[in-house]
This record gives sequence, structure tokens and C-alpha cells, in this order.
Amino acid sequence: MQAINRRKFLGSSIVAGGLFGATAAMPAWARGGNMNGATIRQGFDEVSGRNIDLTIARGPRIVQGRSGMGVAVNGSVPGPLVRLKEGDPVNLNVTNALDEDSSIHWHGLLVPFQFDGVPGVSFPGIRPRQTFTYEMPAIRQAGTYWWHSHSGLQEQAGHYGPIIVDPTGPDPVQADYDYVMLLSEFTPMHPHTIMSKLKKGEGYFNYQQRTLTDDYPLTGEERRMWAEMRMMPTDILDVTGSTYTYLANGHGPEEGLEYLFSRGKRVRIRVINGSAMSFYNVRIPGLKFWVVAADGLNVRPVEVEEFQIGTAETYDIVVEPTGEAHTIVAESMDRSGMAVATLASRPGARAPVPALRDPPLLTMADMGMAGMGGMAGMEGDMSGMDHSAMGHGTSPPDGMDMSDSGDGSSEGAMAGMAGMSMGGMDMRDTSRLPPDVKVSPGIDMVAMNPQDRMGDPGIGLDKVPHKVLNYKDLVALEPNDDLRTPSRQMEIHLTGNMERYMWSFDGEKFSAVSDEPIRFAYNERVRVKLVNNTMMAHPIHLHGHFFELVNGAPADRQPQKHTVVVQPGGFAQFDLTADEPGDWAFHCHLLYHMHAGMFQIVTVAQEAGQPDVQRVGESG
Amino acid sequence: MKYMIALMLAGTATPAFAQDHGHNHSMPMQPADPQDAEEAAEEEGSGEDASPPSSAMPMDHSQMDHGAMDHQSMQPQGEGSPEMPQPMGQSPVDHSQMDHSQMGHGSMDQSGVVDDQAGGEMDHSAMGHEAMAMDIPSGPPPASAGSGPARAADAIWGVEAMRESREQLRDEQGGQTYFWFQGDRVEYRAREGSDGYLFDLQGYYGGDLDKFWFKSEGEGSFGEKIESAEVQALYSRAIAPFFDFQAGIRQDFAPLDRTYAVVGIQGLAPYLFEVDAAAFLSDKGDLTARIEAELDQRITQRLVLQPRVEASFSAQDVPELGIGAGLDTVEAGLRLRYHFAREFAPYIGIDQEWRIGQSADYARAEGEDPSVTNYVVGIRFWF
Repeated sequence: MQAINRRKFLGSSIVAGGLFGATAAMPAWARGGNMNGATIRQGFDEVSGRNIDLTIARGPRIVQGRSGMGVAVNGSVPGPLVRLKEGDPVNLNVTNALDEDSSIHWHGLLVPFQFDGVPGVSFPGIRPRQTFTYEMPAIRQAGTYWWHSHSGLQEQAGHYGPIIVDPTGPDPVQADYDYVMLLSEFTPMHPHTIMSKLKKGEGYFNYQQRTLTDDYPLTGEERRMWAEMRMMPTDILDVTGSTYTYLANGHGPEEGLEYLFSRGKRVRIRVINGSAMSFYNVRIPGLKFWVVAADGLNVRPVEVEEFQIGTAETYDIVVEPTGEAHTIVAESMDRSGMAVATLASRPGARAPVPALRDPPLLTMADMGMAGMGGMAGMEGDMSGMDHSAMGHGTSPPDGMDMSDSGDGSSEGAMAGMAGMSMGGMDMRDTSRLPPDVKVSPGIDMVAMNPQDRMGDPGIGLDKVPHKVLNYKDLVALEPNDDLRTPSRQMEIHLTGNMERYMWSFDGEKFSAVSDEPIRFAYNERVRVKLVNNTMMAHPIHLHGHFFELVNGAPADRQPQKHTVVVQPGGFAQFDLTADEPGDWAFHCHLLYHMHAGMFQIVTVAQEAGQPDVQRVGESG
Repeated sequence: MKYMIALMLAGTATPAFAQDHGHNHSMPMQPADPQDAEEAAEEEGSGEDASPPSSAMPMDHSQMDHGAMDHQSMQPQGEGSPEMPQPMGQSPVDHSQMDHSQMGHGSMDQSGVVDDQAGGEMDHSAMGHEAMAMDIPSGPPPASAGSGPARAADAIWGVEAMRESREQLRDEQGGQTYFWFQGDRVEYRAREGSDGYLFDLQGYYGGDLDKFWFKSEGEGSFGEKIESAEVQALYSRAIAPFFDFQAGIRQDFAPLDRTYAVVGIQGLAPYLFEVDAAAFLSDKGDLTARIEAELDQRITQRLVLQPRVEASFSAQDVPELGIGAGLDTVEAGLRLRYHFAREFAPYIGIDQEWRIGQSADYARAEGEDPSVTNYVVGIRFWF
């Protein structure tokens, strides 16, 4: 793995880029040697310079004694760290040595849409034995990003890696060590087998379900209610540690990933969730640390002891380790496993690895019924939500009268809940959906009273006794450049059916609406409200743009992200300036949700002759 | 993004990033604010520590106030005055709440003193969002957003080059079909007299909403001709989140060859009962019906107790099949299975069959007992 301090890091990238070009840093096999058949290495190299060569190939993988087939780039999983320089153009030459089409999407990079890397949206894909060159103009940003396949389910098999873009000037985040911690999963199962199991065997990977002998803090009445709804309070992640070995930089928890440090020095860790299906709770027991960047862009430092990272998000943290060793724990959200690394003051130093905490349960808020009475025993921040629920019975865009909705939903619901009964509550009142949502068997729930859950730390972290990051903590370090009030707002509903494993936007799988994109006018500023009518958290990713979370930060400091987690039964809003013309993928970044249809195309239309506005990272 | 500030910083600062971000406030893109200079000065004095300087607060306050006021004065619908009637019935009070909550929230965040998960704080900011959202009209995209499918890539790579990948993208994001085959009960039945066997199979091929569904059931006693055997071929259409409507044909091979039209529903009822109910109209004009319900009660993650009931009905006597009008047969079973894998679970159990009314008479006439207890051992599997 990479364990080089920052100064050496910069030095080596200068050498590779300036003197020899990228090929000098590449192993022999990547220059024409046999790529198929060799065992895939764990961990990654670094590639940099103005011309970068990447080769996608299949090979066997072994992780902690478990073996399976993988798809690797340049022979390793994760693939190489692509180290770029803000302001510099780069050509990325990607050779596909697979027997099927492949692609690389540069997750979070602002690039011309035709080089965004989504087959069928931005380009035709990379054919077997073809080399495709992504010709990137001057990189317009700095920070931590990642890349991955957007073809089939290759991402699950290992086709991903980190990206660091070094800023032109000094980095506002100063640290003595600079590390990447890319979280992902290994499974010996073929990704298509996983999809098939998810479709056929409801709860296939969940071995933490309700049973007659479990010790979940659920009353008999609550158990009855969940059974009546035909839903699972333990449905936290679809694919779990029952098949996954959770990885940090390609290493299993027992494989001893180390980040070396000297005491008194600052360590920056760029945490990338490059997994297919996992959210992680990341903490360093005994240490507080600072979150300094989210999705690549700097934020005002926030001191926390833990954060939950959704699939495809990145957070940079800075920590000053004090002991001989500290364990970095990345526990899967359902607590069925963990990825582990060690901050070590000397090679081999170790700190205790904490046991997995008890699995969490979904709450009333996750059912879209925040504030509708306290279900004793259900974990959830009821006291915190009551007030807002009462004040905002429904979302105003529906054009409903506030007082009516208050009587109709909240009080009626309260009455129902008072008897601890679901009687009279319709978990699927489709009249609450706007008319552009297609009602079908693909929707098994409609959030009755969705709340803004920006302040939610994530499933299972609302009761921990220490500070956990939430979206409301994020304040952009740099002021935003578009301070216009959005000219319109729109809602997109996240919809699904857990039993059938159907996932969609507005009730329609992409396969049904592939020719009806979400359209924005060029340079239009729109407030987008994502309403989650499911009991799962969805990390929603928009390609080619950053959007600003509407999280209560001042208008010019709303944090910019490329991926936003919409908590179950709640909503999240972002302000988007649609200033990157072209077609862009917009999807849930849970791989099998996307594959099931939770995908759309966003089209930003630039009319002929319409002048370019100055975009993010472009100097005037 | 611009890093000039960081450059400025490089000379003066220790690596404390608290200072770094303080300096960023005075970036060129920031609207001129008389407090900036003051701010920066304050921060330089207090920024040694790694914690974010609380002196950043006053400026945040002013920015927030400013922003909130901007929103009011820039209302796109021209509602310049809070006294004007507003479409959502929003009162001036709400606006003041908005301002207040934003201020409060911002200052709390920055101080780092208040736990952000405190309920009150969340509420207030939520109110602020709602109020702000009210100022923004909902609506479709403007005409300049264009219309029609997304085809930007065609202009760069060519229509032909894009076609295949576009079709593949569509098919791979929700357009897939799957094949499923389940042996729900494949069992040996120990009982008085000669022991018997039973198979109960089903499966489908298709997408999420439309499927070809097949079912097959049969049973008999060892050493004798099979007692009953049937196959159903059905079109299955999802009609509700948990239920499919099914229609098709059923062909019996034993005890008699007979063909039926089938209409039924299958799915998951409240409280997680798996239900399969169907009506059958034979080519002889006989109308019968059958309903099955089973419940998987997990004892542990792998040990499952499954109560199961099945009842069949008939609109008329069908003497050649031993079927009596009304309630024909009732079967109740209890099976305990262990999942070595989700797909493979052997079980043991007990199963009681009763033939009722006229059916019981037919059974006795045949010299059979209308009540049979089976002790079963079998496997449940799927792939």
C-alpha cells in the first residue's frame, strides 16, 4: 500500500510526470505482458503525469483466504491512485483487456460530458481490446475523488480506484502525512449472482432478521406491526457481511493495513467509499478528528468522533494520533462486518479492534412517519422530530393547506399510534404523491410525513454518546459562486419495492423512461428535493456537477457535493446550477439499486449561440 | 476553486487549518464586508489552537441575516411585501421564524458547543427550509431546457456508435428477466399403510411485473400408481406491491387427464402469510377452488417453523375424482426446517389431511380413511 509522507508524495509525482512520463511507473505486464491469469494484487500503485495508461483485465483474487474472480485495473484492486494536478490537462488512455465492454467514470471530476465515462449516456463504452483516450482539459478542481467502471456490475468485482487532484497553490489542509483509505467489499460471488439472489430471495443476505429468539429491543406490538407491514426493521443494507469481506485499500480486516505516523504530526486520511453496496461508520476509538473535506471540496473543519459515509461519498479527515497505535474502524452500517486499518507509530504496532456494535433497527422516521407519536422502544430521535413534524405536516410544493394537512395526517396518525396500532394508517397512501409519480406495484410505501433529515447522522448513529458528523455540520470553506435564488424547484421521489427488489425514481425504472430525461436549461438554478419513499438510505449521485446541500448553512456557504444520502422516509434538498452542458447520469449509487432501475439521465441543454458562463474552477 | 488565500497563508500560518479557513473568508469572491478585516485580525490572534475559532461567529451571523433578507426581497413571484396575500397561506410570522432559525442555527454550528443532534435545533432549521422553499415556484423546466430524449453524445460519437450502448444501458437498468425454480415441498410421507411422497414445485421466468409462472404438484403412495399429478402454466402480472394476478391453464395427469382454466392470486398478505388462491374450471364444466397459506416463523436465523394450511372447495360433486360439493379437503401442516443456505433447507414435520362431507363419504366408499396423518421429511430448495 501507499504509505509515503506528503512531501515525498509530491516529489515522486513530479519525477513521474516530468522526466519519464507515466509509463516509467508502470509494471511490465501493463506494457504488453500477459494480463489475464495473474493473481490480482491487493492495494494500489500511483500513476500521474500528462499521459496515464490504465488497463482493465480479469484475474483471480484472494482476500483472507477467500478466492474469487476479479476485474482489476493495472493488476491491482483497488486500481492505481490517479494523481492529477489542478490546472493541468491529462490524457487517460484506458485499454480494455476484458471480453466484454468496459468503461471508467471519473467520479466527482468536472469533465466534458463525452469523457464522463457512462456507456449509453456519454460515450459508446470501450470495446474489448480497444484503447479509449479520455482527453481531459485543464482540471478545474482539487481534492479527493475516485474512479470506477460504469459497465455492467464490474465495479463490484474490483474495477475502482482513488483519484487525488493536487491544488495549484498550497493546500488549505496542511498535514504531515497524506493517506488514502478506500473502502470497498470483496465477495467470491459473481455480481450477477448477487443481483439474482436479491431479486428472488427477499432478505437473502440478511442474517440479522427478527426471530423468536433475537434480542432486539422490540415489543411484541412492534413486532406485530412490522409483520403486518410486511417489512423488516432490520433491513439496513441489502448485501451484508454474510458474503462481503470489507476492505480498506483492498485489504481485509485481518490483513494488517497500516498507516505509519510520528507522534505529534498530523495525518490526513482521504476516506473514499468505493463500495458497491455498503455504508460505513468510520471511527478511531479514543480519538477525535476533524472532517476537512466532503466529496473532494474543503469544508470548515468539524471535530467529530465518528461519521457515516454513504456509498460513493468521500470525506477527508485530519487526525493527530497520540498513542502508539490506533485502530481505524469502518463498520458496515448494519454492523455485520468491518474494514480495519491501523494508525501505527512503528510497523506492527496495534491497538485493540473493538467488537461490532449491536445491529440497528429502523425507526418511525425511517418509515416516513417522523414525529407521529412516540413508539416506545423504537430507536429514533422522536423528541427532536416532534416539533417540526407538527409544524410542517406536508411539503408546501404540493399546494396543500397547512392546517388541513396538520389535522388530516399528524393528528389522525397520532390517534392511531396512541394505541400502538397501525390500524387506520396507510403506509402506501399514493394520493400523497405528486401526479408525475407513476403509481405501480413497484412502490410499496409512500412516506406519510417526510422530514428534512439533513441533520440525521445516519441509521444507527442517533444514540451514540459522542459527536457524529451530519450534513448540517458541513459549511463550505470557499464561498459559492452562484448566489442566485433558484428560479424553480422540483421534486424527485425515490421509490421502491423491497419484496420485489424494484428501485426507481418517480415510480419508473430507467428501462421504462430511458427517453424521458430530467431536463434543465443551461445555467438554470433549481432547487431539487429528493423525497425518499423507501425504508432504505439512498446515496444519490449526479454526474458532472456539484450541487449545494440546502442544509441551513448561509447561501454562499452551502456545501457542494456530488453525492447526497437521502435518509429513509425523509427528504433532502440541493440547489443545482446546471452549468455543465450535456447528458449526465443521475442515479442511486447502490450498485444493485441502479441496476434495478434507480437511474435517470439529466440533460443540461445549451442552446446554439448561448454563451458559456464561467464555471466552477474556471478563472475569469 | 481559488487557493490564493492558502498562498497568503503559507507565509504566516502554522499548519492549524483553523487559521486557514479563517483566511478564506477574505477571498476575492466574497462580497465586500466591512467585518472581514476585523474578523481576520481576530482570527490571527486566536487561531493557534486547532479548534475552529469561535470568533468566526459574528461574521456568519451577518452573512446569514443578509442572505435571508435577500431571499425576501428577491422573491421571484414578486411578493415584495410580507403583508401581501401569499399562495400557501404563509404569514409574516413564518418569515420571522425563518430568519431567526437561520441565525440561531448558524451560530450554534460554528460554536461547536451545542450538540447538533439536539432536537430543537433540527426543528428550527427545518422550518427555515420549508419557509424558503415556499418562495421558490414549482414548475416544469423552461422551454430552453429543450425536449425529447437525451442524445448529446450522438453529436460527438455518432448515432450508430451510441445505439447499442444506449439499448444496453436501458436493458441493464431495470429491464432484466430472471428465472426462478423452487421445490417448496419435496417430501417422504410416513403414515399408516403404505408410505407416500409429495412434490410441490413452482417457478417463474420474467421481469418484475410480468412473468411466466409454472406450478406442479403431485402425490402418491410407493408401490401404487400416482394418485394425483398436475402442472399449471400461468401468466403472472403484478397488481399490487405484494400480489400477482395469475391466469392460465392446468393439466392433470392423474387420477384422470383433465384440463382446467385457472384464475388466481399469489402473494404476501399482511403478517407475512404467503398466500396462493386459485379457481379452476374444468373442461367438463366443474368449478373448484383451492387456497393455501403458509407462514415462515424464524426461530433463529436459520431455523424456521412453517405452519401451513390448504383448503379446497367445489361448486359441485365430482364423483369420478372423489370431490364433494362445498368444503372438500383441509390440510394442515407444521414443518421445521434448517437453512444450510437460503436455497437449501431440509425439514421434518407433520401433516394432517381431512376429507370433508361428501368427499369423506367418497373416501370411505373407496375403503380409504378420510383422515390421514403424515410424518414428513423433505427438502425445500430453490435456485
